[in-house]
Amino acid sequence: MSMLTVENAHTYYGNIHALKGINITIEKGEIVTLIGGNGAGKTTTLRTISGLLKPREGDITYEDESLLKYKAHEIVYKGISMVPEGRGVFARLTVTENLEMGAYSLSNKQDMGNNMERVFNLFPRLKERRSQLAGTLSGGEQQMLATGRALMADPRLLLMDEPSMGLAPVLVELIFETIEQINKTGVTILLVEQNALMALSIAHRGYVLQTGEIVISDTAQNLKDNPTVQKAYLGME
Amino acid sequence: MKKENFLWNSIKTGMLGGSIALFICLIGMTEVFSKRDVIEKVITLGQFVLLATSVMTGLIASRQTSQLVGENRSLHRLTAGLVAGLMTGVVLALFVLAGDKVNIRAVFLNATPGLYNILTFEKGVSGVWVLPVISAVSGLIGAAFLLLPQAAQKPLTQATLFLFFMALFSGLFRVVLINQGTNWEKIAKYLYGQTGVTSEGALIFFFAVVIISVLWSWRGQSVKTSVAHLPKGGKLTLRLLAFAAIGYVALGLPQVSGPFIAQVIVTVALFILMGLGLNITLGFAGLLDLGFVAFYAIGAYTVGLLTSYGPFGLQHISFWAAVPIAVLVAMAAGFVLGLPVLGVRGDYLAIATLGFGEIVRLLAGSDFLAKYFGGPQGVIGIQKPCLGVLEPFVKIDVPRVCNGIELGKPQDIYYVAVAAALLIAFVAWRLRESRLGRAWMAIREDEDVAEALGVNLIQTKLLAYMLGAAMAGLGGAIFATLIGSIFASSMQLIVSINVVSLIIVGGMGSIPGVIVGAIALIGLPELLREVSEFRYLLYGMTLIIMMLSKPEGLWPSQAAKRELHHVEASTEAEL
Ligand SMILES: Nc1ncnc2c1ncn2[C@@H]1O[C@H](COP(=O)(O)OP(=O)(O)O)[C@@H](O)[C@H]1O
Ligand SMILES: [Mg+2]
Repeated sequence: MSMLTVENAHTYYGNIHALKGINITIEKGEIVTLIGGNGAGKTTTLRTISGLLKPREGDITYEDESLLKYKAHEIVYKGISMVPEGRGVFARLTVTENLEMGAYSLSNKQDMGNNMERVFNLFPRLKERRSQLAGTLSGGEQQMLATGRALMADPRLLLMDEPSMGLAPVLVELIFETIEQINKTGVTILLVEQNALMALSIAHRGYVLQTGEIVISDTAQNLKDNPTVQKAYLGME
Repeated sequence: MKKENFLWNSIKTGMLGGSIALFICLIGMTEVFSKRDVIEKVITLGQFVLLATSVMTGLIASRQTSQLVGENRSLHRLTAGLVAGLMTGVVLALFVLAGDKVNIRAVFLNATPGLYNILTFEKGVSGVWVLPVISAVSGLIGAAFLLLPQAAQKPLTQATLFLFFMALFSGLFRVVLINQGTNWEKIAKYLYGQTGVTSEGALIFFFAVVIISVLWSWRGQSVKTSVAHLPKGGKLTLRLLAFAAIGYVALGLPQVSGPFIAQVIVTVALFILMGLGLNITLGFAGLLDLGFVAFYAIGAYTVGLLTSYGPFGLQHISFWAAVPIAVLVAMAAGFVLGLPVLGVRGDYLAIATLGFGEIVRLLAGSDFLAKYFGGPQGVIGIQKPCLGVLEPFVKIDVPRVCNGIELGKPQDIYYVAVAAALLIAFVAWRLRESRLGRAWMAIREDEDVAEALGVNLIQTKLLAYMLGAAMAGLGGAIFATLIGSIFASSMQLIVSINVVSLIIVGGMGSIPGVIVGAIALIGLPELLREVSEFRYLLYGMTLIIMMLSKPEGLWPSQAAKRELHHVEASTEAEL
């Protein structure tokens, strides 16, 4: 049984039909990427999985259980964390306070300390800046913080929304290395990206989303070789 | 800027300054302020405000010439100030001349003969030239001030502001000093007159501040370093001493200030209390609640109905027993009002809560519910708190005499309010550092992210709203016993606005900021009865100036300070 199954999900913003019946499956331990242009519905997909939006039709199954009966704030207790689009760090809280908020769903103080240690090992940069306000961090550091904050909750499934957005190429490289590293510790990852080349280079499988519909789904390697994908998303002729 | 242009520019600035001065005159401020002195027999508050306008105009005009270069630069700058100051005076003089010919008062009610007298220094139309001359000199002073070295500017500014402050509150300081005994009385009368400081006092205040300021800029840094190098114990002692001094003044002031000022101080204490409450809702959780007064009213009415001997009293229980009930009722009301509206965001929440505030006031004052709440007549005969050993906490039917110490005077209630404020400040401080406090701040920063991290939005917001309501209820409860009667008409929207403003002025989310804000926005205008007429004008100005120049507030929380002024060095380059 797959870890997560999105089945024929239709999500609306009022009358706007943003997701038109998409199907996605994610196996345990995978990195799955969801690529697509601006406004394709990538963010909407992640928000639907994490419960911030409810699909009007369809179902989402996670570890043999439908997620639809849970409220957004309960989903994190199931082991799903999100790194939101544009990082969404708490600007007027310090780095440490941001990370503590990440562990809001943990009941055990001990776990929080351990997780914080782990995050600091993954991003030593954050440790140096731990008493700095998150709003004063650079873009790359904010991305690290948002990722670290999501990891604080001990997720089994991590949803990442365009982590490379607005970062310099060196940093993008670094972030993607970290994503692979996180995946190696046993965290399953759904990675949303516009930077298709980078995403496909670390992912196992991928989906291409276009105006609310999945148009192609294949292994990462096949997607890289797919002429349509190459033309539309990899900038090749 | 070209050289030919700078004169024209100064004239324009001067006319703008003159328009502001004219505005001050036409809203009646000048005349009202002329009843007060800054320095007795030398300069009235009204004159001071007009002169200050000229000085500022001269200063600004002079600063605008800063691009000018060349050997005559200083001369140009002085000329600019002189011209601008002159123009300010000329605008007022033209107004006087026009007023001599046509009846301006038909449109502007405040263009009274009294105002013309002030502007012509009681000389009639023949004295119309005096003001432009004085204004020109003021403008020149403003320009000359800019030519001074920085080291001289600072002490002069500080001394002038201090003198002004001393003069504004001369009544308060005088009364306090006089109540200290005969020796002090002599000092008080030497320094302060009936309506302002004396000439001698002015000189003493001015030069004392100049000297202290100069000394401080000379030795201050080394004092700071030696304090910073004190051992931990020494620093703690210093801090405790400072707290003790503040505490001594705060607790002793109402005893020596007389009943009027005591009443003002209690009002300030009540607003501090409410400010601390709203600081949780607004400062911590970021929920703009404009109906705060509703909970204040609910707290007040609960205590009123439970303790009053008047016609609407339900139970004559003691004040002390009624207070916790009032707090709980306010909290319950917060729950009932909060549940439906906390789902809506931002601006809509402000409108919804504003509506609630009005509904509560209208219901309490309505004829429909008059048989419960007294309608427009309100609830009267509310008990004073009694410190007695045998104070019964149960209902009794006969009017009860207090066989202990009755806390009847405003000074007495003040201590009740201070105790309550301390308690609430402590609770707020503990909450801020708690898991709940963190969740509030996360919601304030980004609701969606907070929710995705596991924060139950409705529940957490509701708690912030209810705790804020509870504290407002406590404020209302103390207010009820302080005044002894409550009327729906005193539960106006403006109370809510005052509380929001004092939080903004003090510094959003900062606990000491609430205290500073309440003193600045509630205390000062109450003490200056001349000012109270223009209170909301000055409020608006203060808020705008604060937003532009010090958006983090007078005493900001550490975080806001760092964020807005980048005290913490930001990162090098990207990464
Ligand atoms: N809050 C919203 N209200 C209305 N429409 C929205 C909202 N958010 C997104 N949309 C619309 O839904 C579609 C998908 O958006 P989104 O999921 O943000 O795209 P992506 O993340 O792929 O760029 C777009 O057409 C967008 O305009
Ligand atoms: Mg998006």
